[in-house]
Amino acid sequence: MSSAHPAPAPGDSLASRLRAERGINLNHCYQCGKCAAGCPVAEDMDNTSCQTLRLLQLERPELDRRVLESEAIWLCLACETCSTRCPQEVEVAKVMDYVREASLALDLAHPKSKDILAFHRAFLDSIRATGRLYEIGLVADYKLRSRHLLKDVNLAPKMYVRGKLPLLPHVIKGRSGMKRIFQLTLGKKR
Amino acid sequence: MKIGYYPGCSLLGSSREFDESVRALAPALGLELVEVPDWNCCGASSAHVLDHHLALALPARILAQAEAAGLTEILAPCAACYNRLSTARDALEKDPALAREIEAVIDLPLAGTVRIVNILEVLDRFKDVLPGKITRPFAHKVACYYGCLLVRPPKVLKFDRAEDPQSMDRLMAAAGAEPREWNFKTECCGAAFSVTRTDLVAKMSGKIVDNAVKHGAEAIVVACPMCQSNLDMRRPEINAHLGAEHTIPVLFITQALGLAMGIDANQLGLQRHMVPAVMAPAAV
Repeated sequence: MSSAHPAPAPGDSLASRLRAERGINLNHCYQCGKCAAGCPVAEDMDNTSCQTLRLLQLERPELDRRVLESEAIWLCLACETCSTRCPQEVEVAKVMDYVREASLALDLAHPKSKDILAFHRAFLDSIRATGRLYEIGLVADYKLRSRHLLKDVNLAPKMYVRGKLPLLPHVIKGRSGMKRIFQLTLGKKR
Repeated sequence: MKIGYYPGCSLLGSSREFDESVRALAPALGLELVEVPDWNCCGASSAHVLDHHLALALPARILAQAEAAGLTEILAPCAACYNRLSTARDALEKDPALAREIEAVIDLPLAGTVRIVNILEVLDRFKDVLPGKITRPFAHKVACYYGCLLVRPPKVLKFDRAEDPQSMDRLMAAAGAEPREWNFKTECCGAAFSVTRTDLVAKMSGKIVDNAVKHGAEAIVVACPMCQSNLDMRRPEINAHLGAEHTIPVLFITQALGLAMGIDANQLGLQRHMVPAVMAPAAV
């Protein structure tokens, strides 16, 4: 390792934080590639799952940053095939959740992930407001955030005539409790 | 037999036929569903992407509401809800300090006494009485599609075999169907990207539909509203991607069993599918 890039202080790298906060030890990964072999989106990823793990294992700030800036972490569907098949029982899908959160906190999310993020934010805003997912509200909110205004316009009427698109949201009684939950979790970061 | 019931958001909207068919099947099996009072969304595929603690707190509130109502077991027909509820319950059980932290967030007591079960586990309890209730055997070749969230991660869910599950195949065989061997029983359909990356969904779900057809299935049977929506509502995109005209219907297990038990197709919500799911009586 070049002395121009000293090893980060203990506790500083994503790998050490993963170990401390989630109990996941990335040193267990011996790069067999089984996670990526079964990953249904591997071919669309800039770093496959095992490459992501390798970058994190080296515990160098510039390599951590490559993970945080990658599109791959946003393409992970959390289908858990990787975690299930890992012979070393590394919970790869949980690693992806962790690095996504870190990427957002540092505002490093890949530009191509903005639609995916817009969808998740619209989804959670809908729950925060009413307690349950309101599908019409979700799609309208997503369209505004993503500017994909004409996406799926043909689908909505077909869903409506089949009774699959209620016009009004289901509002729960415990809405103040829901607001509290959001304030004490996601809200702390905004 | 009484059981707690957590329908989840999609069963009130885009997948209401799943709710309808569960509710139609329950009395026929002698099952009484007690809905979890004032339940909220489990956070689905979005909460865990943005915030670890939110992804635990949303299911925790549901579990606390169920506990307060005296329920010890809840049926979550949606595979995604089943997975999120089970994952949160497992995480809180393993880490009591985290459990107390989440208890403070939801501001409700949480003892961790509620078990979560999926629809296949519940239906399996009726395997001895089921054959006697089959009046119109579902005599079709079927591909039983489990998707990812019913069987993974296996250490948390502890349900069926992760790579080659059998429970749905057994139930469908009991209903008179012929479950086919095929390749993509537990492959991900891409559900979370249905709106944002429809291109990826067409590719991923395309593999599943194409493989089911190639293995001779006349219907795909599912136990997840997101799998059903993807394989059914996204069929135009799937067929465009494959350059095919696949017309194979996608039925919920509760619809297929309901038909076999002689329950009316409309009561099971079959008219709500995009790909017509009228199952002609199979030639015997």
